Amino acid sequence: MTTTDILYQIRDLVVEYNTRAGVLTAVDHVSFDIHRGEVLGLVGESGCGKSTLGKALMRMIQEPGRITGGELWFDGVDLMQLSPGEMRKLRGSRISMIFQDPMTSLNPVQRVVEHITETIRVHEPHVSIKAARARAAELVDRLGINRNRLDDYPHQLSGGMRQRVMISLALALRADLVIADEATTSLDVIVEAQFLDLLKELREEFNLTILLITHSIGLVAELADRVAVMYAGRMAELADIHELFEQPQHPYTRGLLRAVPNIRLEDDELYKMPGSPPDLVSPPSGCRFHPRCPEASEICSRQAPTFHEHRPGHFINCWLYQEQEESVSLEASS
Amino acid sequence: MSPALRRYILVRVLLTIPMVLILVSLVFLVLRVLPGDPALAILREGASEEQLASFRAALGLDKPLHVQYVEFIKGVLRFDFGSSMTRKIPVTQEIKTFFPATVELALASMFVTGVVGVFSGAFAAQHRKSAADYTIRILSILLYSLPIFWLGLMLQMTLGKGAGWFPVSNRLSPGMTPDKIITGMYTVDALLTGNWPLFKDAAWHLILPSITLGLVLAGIFTRLTRANMLDILEQDFITAGRARGLRERTLVYRHGLRNAFIPIVTLLGLQFALLLAGAILTETTFSWPGMGRLVVDRIYDRDFTTVQGAILFFALLVAGISLFVDILYGFLDPRIRY
Repeated sequence: MTTTDILYQIRDLVVEYNTRAGVLTAVDHVSFDIHRGEVLGLVGESGCGKSTLGKALMRMIQEPGRITGGELWFDGVDLMQLSPGEMRKLRGSRISMIFQDPMTSLNPVQRVVEHITETIRVHEPHVSIKAARARAAELVDRLGINRNRLDDYPHQLSGGMRQRVMISLALALRADLVIADEATTSLDVIVEAQFLDLLKELREEFNLTILLITHSIGLVAELADRVAVMYAGRMAELADIHELFEQPQHPYTRGLLRAVPNIRLEDDELYKMPGSPPDLVSPPSGCRFHPRCPEASEICSRQAPTFHEHRPGHFINCWLYQEQEESVSLEASS
Repeated sequence: MSPALRRYILVRVLLTIPMVLILVSLVFLVLRVLPGDPALAILREGASEEQLASFRAALGLDKPLHVQYVEFIKGVLRFDFGSSMTRKIPVTQEIKTFFPATVELALASMFVTGVVGVFSGAFAAQHRKSAADYTIRILSILLYSLPIFWLGLMLQMTLGKGAGWFPVSNRLSPGMTPDKIITGMYTVDALLTGNWPLFKDAAWHLILPSITLGLVLAGIFTRLTRANMLDILEQDFITAGRARGLRERTLVYRHGLRNAFIPIVTLLGLQFALLLAGAILTETTFSWPGMGRLVVDRIYDRDFTTVQGAILFFALLVAGISLFVDILYGFLDPRIRY
C-alpha cells in the first residue's frame, strides 16, 4: 500500500457531552484515515465511544453532545465547514449508515417502498415517484427481497429482511462510505452469516467503503481489511487485520483478543481483563488504560502517549513503543 | 382493504352493539328513577287526577316499566324518540332543527383545536427548551384552565363589542336567511347554493364561538402532541431518517406526526363528548341556536321527552364517533389488528 487513496481523514476529533456529572469526553482527539474501497473495522468495549465516533463522522451528534474540535476531511472537503443544509445533502447520498436495530430503524407506519423513494427523491428531486419506485424495485431485487414486499409495512417483514431494507436504503444513492453501526447485533447467527455474505458481494459490486463499528472481533475478522481499536474515547491501535491479529502490540488489544471465546479452546480458561472501562467524566490521568494495564510503568499515569505510526501502517498509542523524549516534544508542541 | 383490516372493522362494529344497548338503557332508567313527575311538572299543581291520568296514558307512562322499556327500545330502533311534551312535534324533528348548528360549531372548533393544538405541540417539541417552547407550554396550561364562558365573554368584549370586528350572537345577521336548508350548516349550505354573501355572514358569525371552544380544548392537545412528539423524535427511525438526509421538517411533520397521531386521534374522539358539553356553554354565551340551547331551554320547560331524546341522541353520537375513531386507527396504524 504505497499510493493509498484516502476517502476520509479524521483529525483530532473531539466529541463532548454535557452531563449532570460534568463534561464527558466521548471521543478524545481521535485521528485516523479511511481508505477508499476498504472495510475498516472499529472495535472496542461498550461505551468506548465507537458509536459516537460513527455518528460524528456524519455530524449527527445530538444535544447534549457536541463536536468541540477537529477536522473531518471527506473527499477533500472539511465537513466541519459545511452549513447544516449542505451537510444534510451529503447524508444518505455520499455517506450513509446502517443501524443496529432494523426493528426500530424503519418508520412503523410507512411502507417499505416509501422509505426508499423518499430517500431517492430528497436527494434527486427531479426523479418522479414512478421512476423512484422502479429503482427501489431493482434495488430490493438485488438484495434478495421479493419486489412484491415493497408495499408491506416494516412489521410484516422478518428481521433479516428488514436489515436488507436498511442496506438498500444505505445503497439507494450509491454512497461512497457506508457506516455500519453494530449492524448485526440484533440478528441471529444464521441471518448474520447471510448478511455478511451479502455485504461481501455488495462491496465488490458497489465499490463500497465500509466503516464497520462492532464489538464482535469475529465479524471484524470475517470482513475487515484493517482494524482500529478504541479504548475510553481514544484510539489504542490501528493496523492491517493480519498484523493486528498475529502481532497485537497494545496491551489492551492483546487482552481484547485473548478475551474472545474460541470454540477450540481446550484447557485455557477464557481470559478476563481485570477492571472495567473508566468513567469518561473524570478519566484516569496519563494513558487511560494504565489502571488495567499489566505492563504499566511509572510514566503511564503521568503522561498520555501519542497515537503514532510505529511501523508503516501500524499505529499505536502506548509508551511501550514510544521514546519518552520524542513524545515530550510532541506534547509540548500540541 | 386487506382481509385483516376488514375483520378488524367488523369486530369493532359488533362490539358497538352491546355498548349502545347499555347507553340506551341507562338513559331510559335515569329519567324514570329521578324524582319528579313529568305529568305534574307540565300540568302544574291543581290539575285534577283525571287530567294527570290521561296525560300519563297519552305518553304511555302508566304502563309497567318493562313494557315502557320495550316500547322505548322499539322506538329508538325506528329512530323515533317520541314527541315533545311541550311542542307536540316529534323530538327527532326538534333535533333536526337544532343539531346542524351544533355540528357546524363543533366542526369549526375541532378545526381550531386540531390546527392550534397539533401544530403548536409539534413546533414546541421540535424546538424543545427554546423560548417558543416555554411560551407555548405556559399558554397551553392557561388555555386549558380557562372557563369557556369567561373566554367567550372576553372575546365578545374585545374582538366583538370592543373592536366591532365580529358579531357576538346568533348565526346570521338580521335580514339574512338561507335560500335553502340542505345540511342545516349555513356555511356549507351557502357554499352549496353558491350564495357568497351568506357564506361570509355565516362564517363571520362562526368565528368567535369556534375560537372560544376550539382554544379551550387546544391546550390539552398541545401538551399531548408535544409529549408524544418528544418521545417519537428520540426514536431510532427518526435518527435513521436524518442519516438518510431527510429534512428536519419532513422528519417532524411527516414521520413524527403520523406516529403521534394515534393518541391524538383517540383524544380527539374522546374530546368530542367534551366538545358537545362545551358547546352547550358556548352556545349559551353566544346565543347560538344549537343542541345546547335546545336542552337548556327544554329543561326549563320540563319537557322530559325532548331532554331524554336529546341526551339519547348525544349518547348515540358519542358511541358512533368512538367507533369511527377506532376504524380510523386501522388506517393510521397498520399494526393495529385484533
